[in-house]
Amino acid sequence: MALASSLTAPAGGIDAADLKPGLADPVHDAQHIFRGLLTALAHPGRAVTLPGGIEGPLPLDPATAAAALTLLDYDTPLWVDWIADTPPLRAYLKFHCGCPIVARSQDAAFGLVSDPENMPRLALFAQGLDQYPDRSATLLVQLPDLEDGHAVTLTGPGIRESAEIRPAGLPDWFWNDWRLNAAQFPLGVDIFFTCGRTVIGLPRSIQAEA
Amino acid sequence: MDAAPESSATQAEGQPDPAQAARRRWMSVLAKARLAELESAWDGLAEKPAYDWLRQPEIGMVMVRARTGGTGGRFNLGQMTVTRCALRLADDAAGVGLGYVQGRSKRHAELAAVFDALLQDAARQAPLEDSVIAPLEAAQAARRAERSRKANATKVNFFTMVRGEND
Amino acid sequence: MYVAVKGGEQAILNSHKLIAEERRGDTAVPELTLAQIKEQMQLAVDRVMTEGSLYDRDLAALAIKQAQGDLMEAIFLLRAYRTTLTRFGESEPIDTAEMAVRRRISAAYKDLPGGQVLGPSYDYTHRLLDFALAAEEGVGAPEAEAAEAGVEEHIPRVTDILNHEGLIEEELAFDDGEGGEAPVADLTREPMSFPAGRDLRLQNLARGDEGFLLALGYSTQRGYGRNHPFAGEIRLGEVAVEFVPEELGFAIELGEITVTECQMINQFAGSAERPPQFTRGYGLSFGHCERKTMAMALVDRALRARELDETVEYPAQDEEFVLYHSDNVEASGFVQHLKLPHYVDFQSELQLIRSLRKRHDEDHREAAE
Repeated sequence: MALASSLTAPAGGIDAADLKPGLADPVHDAQHIFRGLLTALAHPGRAVTLPGGIEGPLPLDPATAAAALTLLDYDTPLWVDWIADTPPLRAYLKFHCGCPIVARSQDAAFGLVSDPENMPRLALFAQGLDQYPDRSATLLVQLPDLEDGHAVTLTGPGIRESAEIRPAGLPDWFWNDWRLNAAQFPLGVDIFFTCGRTVIGLPRSIQAEA
Repeated sequence: MDAAPESSATQAEGQPDPAQAARRRWMSVLAKARLAELESAWDGLAEKPAYDWLRQPEIGMVMVRARTGGTGGRFNLGQMTVTRCALRLADDAAGVGLGYVQGRSKRHAELAAVFDALLQDAARQAPLEDSVIAPLEAAQAARRAERSRKANATKVNFFTMVRGEND
Repeated sequence: MYVAVKGGEQAILNSHKLIAEERRGDTAVPELTLAQIKEQMQLAVDRVMTEGSLYDRDLAALAIKQAQGDLMEAIFLLRAYRTTLTRFGESEPIDTAEMAVRRRISAAYKDLPGGQVLGPSYDYTHRLLDFALAAEEGVGAPEAEAAEAGVEEHIPRVTDILNHEGLIEEELAFDDGEGGEAPVADLTREPMSFPAGRDLRLQNLARGDEGFLLALGYSTQRGYGRNHPFAGEIRLGEVAVEFVPEELGFAIELGEITVTECQMINQFAGSAERPPQFTRGYGLSFGHCERKTMAMALVDRALRARELDETVEYPAQDEEFVLYHSDNVEASGFVQHLKLPHYVDFQSELQLIRSLRKRHDEDHREAAE
């Protein structure tokens, strides 16, 4: 993306003193995690457990860190919410992923949300273009719990009849925004909900009844 | 090539940091060294340090950029293979050792990173500069000088014909 | 339209084996090594690196061996291999003024600072086949002459010398208005869009097919273009490649590459906005590829017609024509795809021709009666 190449060199390096390690076997581990993420999107609502052993900087859960290490790279601008935006996190992502970190959510290919109650409205992320619907944002939304919240019924491609999920910690406006998001198909954002080592996929093709 | 070419990064900060300049210099020498030379420098170390990987050697590429007309706007010329790695010495006496070298030799990147880590340790720096860096640099300069002398032998000497005798 | 065809698996596997046998050739003859290609076919390696768009001599040598010397096939192999490598980022722009010069000539000035250094060039050879190279015992270890001192450290560019009088256009960096430089187009990331900026054009031409660019460059000289060019300067040598790793924050040298640089100087009578001055074309390649860089510089200048208010009349000035057809991997792919089965298409064409023919013959018979 043009954005990556326009960023100037950083003023200083990164403090590697407490740098958490990345994937032990980058090629195979990334493939394994990617397979898990694909499964989550192919079967929306299904809880998928990602491989263990990944410890990212606070406040990232293992599943969030795993998704970041697998999906982010030099070409994917990332927006991070203010809670997660700490020097250790930036150092970790700079070192292991090399992804540019952008200030405006609209400019990002990925959004990392660790404080869902205060997350930006879905429309504030890239929605894609008619010619290139894939140029939309994918959100990694880390939740305090995936089983303790209000029931939400999902229907759509990849779900036989319906699937129920109970994500906790989402803001009140979320499922309304999701309805608007789904109405824009094929444009719109896609979401991965993460908690601990678990991920649930919510692609833009899915309808949700809260 | 000059020992310490100017970098836009240091210029932007004002005074070039001497520690940074020294590190730039030895990293450049290590990157341009031949693998056999680094292996023998490694063999020559009295104590071989233990180290842990932060990033295992990884082969990738860097897009080489140039300027239009040599001075103008930038453009992408083409890519170059590069191998990089990062490690920490087990005794953690120094910082992170980085290897960023042209080509696809994981071993070259590894040795460059080990020496980079060792050289960041104040106690080891001076002796290693003398025993490893200086000889490598001299070998590189000698190779470059020889190529240059052979090129210079092909420099045209335009001269005017002298007629008559000079007595 | 392509047809899925079955039953070829065994034939294909056997075809692979046949290639392997033919590639090896007569087993009484020693097998070609990568080191031999790298050391003794350097110019083939240089072309493959330039058009393959990947500077790695060993990989280029391997591609050449695998392709049995078919350089376009080798270029294809290298391009494909590139797609498997991770991108670490972009280098700082190379500084050709700091080049360790091994060859440097100018057709514009005879006695210029730094002089005319001929270097290793075929330009001054007689183009007579040298049967000494065919001798059984080989050529041994020929040694070149070495001068007392090396070439001058800093050889100024001819274009910078001309600049002092303001008679040649300057090539200036593009300011983004915020103290930084404008973003650089990358056609390996984004599809080309027109009108194309100079950065996109030069990237495209650098990877472009030498033959195609040579022909276009030639056409500009034969009157299919307005330029009367001079080779202002051609230089060959090594430059350092610098890179700023994210984890370090300052630039370090990754190594050295050989590049060939050509600055063409062209006439320009002036326009409403610009005074009469020399204009420039630029060519740059990996390794030693003079013909390529000269052709590239001629085409670069031709493609600047629009920005220099010249009428676009000739193929070399036509941006879309040049940039869409310069890539030999793409061109080869589309031309050679014709070998894929088009059986159904052809059958339906055959039916059509037969029925048209039948009607044509009937009409003729009637007319004759």
